[in-house]
Amino acid sequence: MRLEPVAGILLRQWYLLRGSPVRFLPMFAWVAIDVVLWGFISRYLNSVNSAGINFTALLLGAVLMWDLFTRVMQGVTTGFLEDVWSRNFLNLFASPLTVSEYVTGLVIASIATSLIGLTVMLALAMPLFGLSYLALGSQLLLFVAVLYGFGVALGIVASAMVLRLGPASEWLVWPIPALLSPFCGVFYPLSVLPAWMRAVAHLLPPSYVFEGMRALLQGRASPLSSVLFAAALAALEILLAGYCFVRVYRYAVRTGLLARYSAETVS
Amino acid sequence: MRAGSNPRAAAAADYALSVRDLCKSYGELTAVDHVSFDVRPREIVGLLGPNGAGKTTIINSVLAVLAPTSGSIRIGGVDIARQRSLALTHTNFAAVYASLPGNLTVEQNLRFFGLLYRVRPLGTRVEELLRQFTLENLRHAKCGVLSSGELTRVALAKALLNNPQLLLLDEPTASLDPSAARDIRAMIRGLTRAGDCGVLWTSHNMHEVAEVCDRVLFLSHGRILLEGDPRSLPGEHGAPNLEELFIQLAREPLAHPAEHLA
Repeated sequence: MRLEPVAGILLRQWYLLRGSPVRFLPMFAWVAIDVVLWGFISRYLNSVNSAGINFTALLLGAVLMWDLFTRVMQGVTTGFLEDVWSRNFLNLFASPLTVSEYVTGLVIASIATSLIGLTVMLALAMPLFGLSYLALGSQLLLFVAVLYGFGVALGIVASAMVLRLGPASEWLVWPIPALLSPFCGVFYPLSVLPAWMRAVAHLLPPSYVFEGMRALLQGRASPLSSVLFAAALAALEILLAGYCFVRVYRYAVRTGLLARYSAETVS
Repeated sequence: MRAGSNPRAAAAADYALSVRDLCKSYGELTAVDHVSFDVRPREIVGLLGPNGAGKTTIINSVLAVLAPTSGSIRIGGVDIARQRSLALTHTNFAAVYASLPGNLTVEQNLRFFGLLYRVRPLGTRVEELLRQFTLENLRHAKCGVLSSGELTRVALAKALLNNPQLLLLDEPTASLDPSAARDIRAMIRGLTRAGDCGVLWTSHNMHEVAEVCDRVLFLSHGRILLEGDPRSLPGEHGAPNLEELFIQLAREPLAHPAEHLA
């Protein structure tokens, strides 16, 4: 992998962000809205519950971690969609740019932009609602890494889906996090799910993160092996997502879909 | 670029582009049917044919955005199927159907694509091209607001970023006024004379083809029907000029050219 083509993809994302407030604003606007909304909901629940449960950490903390995952996933996909919207595939893939360089550029850009959202999230939630992730200890970094990893994997798969199904399939991308959230146990333990949903949950790295977070916030033990397994699972899923993208790309080159992408289908 | 130890590749290294037995089928439809041709360094080859003849399919195959059903393509001796990225490092293109992102400025587009092609030193090369195509006043203009003639100049500037050894131009002057088109033709001609660049040029303007191209390939129904010097070819086949020859071939594409042009 060569640095310049990856830097080219990053530079293009920077140009787009720099010149467009409508691209810049959503990086932290939705996070800020979630902080305020779930912050007040948590504060209200803290005031009416007598069991001493800290809803700020359990609810607001979980929502913001889920938000982080969503930003990472959509960051990768949005970077890809920029090329769909500007009909740029022919220029991109007729250049020496490789698929791995392209995807790496999208992933790095997404990580960089989601870090801005993460910073805003912490800057608002900590002073305004007293949210602290310190109770999670050293596992916090692993939790964040797992969410980043799964966000990257899902972003690559979603991009492959748009490449395969055409520009109109963009609308399928946005609800993906909402479809997965019931399986990931963001707000409740996996034990409340039926067996088939638990089986799906075990394939989703965020479910281990939220189980671990709840355990630590409630003063229970969270085995390190569990989050390490989630990290390995996320890494495997990134590799599988990359493989999926390459397969779809080769299909698009073989069938002529890439050269006539705006037609959505070559049949 | 190095062709390696393969004798066939070494022979192909003498050509900017070497296409052998290229076929592309979509199910029952054959878009390109056993096409073979070469483009030498410093040569401009015109790829002519009616709409749907297979010109764009060939160009897309050479650019590796479309995989051929069979056959081989070598750019400077490098097999594009095996070493796509290396082969494309020394290739570039401009086409009316591949406009640059309209949400980036002229300069941003050149810098972006310059990085993809690993152009060094990038800043100097971008400034050279902005001057060469009189785009200095438009450097901060977004490509989406440019006129079609200005867009063509930007696309050509992008196509020359990496000083390509093979340049593919799909109707490069289609949106230009006659004066600008003449300048572009002179510039491309000068480019091939000054360096080692080979050009594959498609156009429906037969006067332009006769002026610019060293050799033309007439393509119809995915096959090369005729090949030769655009200035002598009409006379050899009893046509008053290249345009008449084009029309005759386009109307009777399936017969062997020698049969209906004799």
